[in-house]
Amino acid sequence: MYTGPLTYFDIISTEWNYVIAVLIGIAFGYIMEASGFSSSRKLVGVFYGYDFAVIRVFFTASIVSIIGLLYMSYFGWIDYSVLYVHPTFLYSALFGGIVMGLGFIIGGFCPGTSICAVAIGKIDGWVFTIGLFVGIFIFSYIFPYVGEIFYGGDMGHIQISEYFGISNELFALIFTVLAVIVFYITTLIRRRVKHVRY
Amino acid sequence: MKFWQKNTRHTYWNPYFGGFMLGLLLIATFYITGRGVGATGASKSAVITTVEAVAPTFASGSSFYKKYYDEEKNPMKNWLVFETIGILAGAFLSGALSGRVRFRIQHPPKITPKKRLIIAALGGILFGIGSQIARGCTSGAALSGSSMLSLGGFITMFSIFGTAYLFAYFFRKLWI
Repeated sequence: MYTGPLTYFDIISTEWNYVIAVLIGIAFGYIMEASGFSSSRKLVGVFYGYDFAVIRVFFTASIVSIIGLLYMSYFGWIDYSVLYVHPTFLYSALFGGIVMGLGFIIGGFCPGTSICAVAIGKIDGWVFTIGLFVGIFIFSYIFPYVGEIFYGGDMGHIQISEYFGISNELFALIFTVLAVIVFYITTLIRRRVKHVRY
Repeated sequence: MKFWQKNTRHTYWNPYFGGFMLGLLLIATFYITGRGVGATGASKSAVITTVEAVAPTFASGSSFYKKYYDEEKNPMKNWLVFETIGILAGAFLSGALSGRVRFRIQHPPKITPKKRLIIAALGGILFGIGSQIARGCTSGAALSGSSMLSLGGFITMFSIFGTAYLFAYFFRKLWI
């Protein structure tokens, strides 16, 4: 009855996996670059109020994919129960996010956007990506000592709606309303903050 | 004026249009593969491959590398590595069509290029460590996680943006 995920139901054989990976990557890279994510000054604008592209793109993508996947499931096109839910390890999600947030405001990129910057010849993107490699290498040294953070607070593949005890659809509605409010606030802030040329 | 003569270097997509396209891409990715996208996985594979090639004894003794040593024969033969090659190609294509491809160091006027490179490296190192702690970065954990309403994905998302907002004031001299 279900057709998706296509590779799960062997509608697309596994040999195509890497071809699909490259094609999805091309679309991903194109969308990010065309949205201006190869520019660190545009990205950090979100934290200083002169450019809200990051929040607008990110939350729009989030809402569209949440609602889209729920509809796909509702129409019986995709088996929602086999889709991968990123596992929740409370401490690592929180602590890792804090370290990444610092990296974002200092470096001006995140890994995906730095790859876009690499592709169009931004030297600062190259350096950020090399830093990324170094950071992962450093983590391999500290990994044995952070086991408690890494494996602590294991809640499994839990969904946020399940955690709050509401349906997926209700959560999608609440999140959408919140995002629209945030979009409106960004427009108000944008009007008051001095324009930065970059 | 022909479209390729027009200066489109600073012209980007409407962010809501970009977000909509990104959302559609995520739906397609989940529909085809059952998972979302990622951006740090390829870097991890590259680091693991390099360390295993340069220092195999160190790699086999470290609990971090051991985690991947047994699971896969070649860490570079990985979905995320191929996807990242695609990201490079796609971003280059978009940049080339808009006349943005050239070697340069982008830096705010008050920051010297050298200082920009130093802070970029520092930010990259922090992001590398953080992404490994959280099991994914902005793409893999926050964006793809939130698509499937993952609690951890939302926590990581708000943790990244919340921390950056909290510290934005202290690092304002780097950007404005």
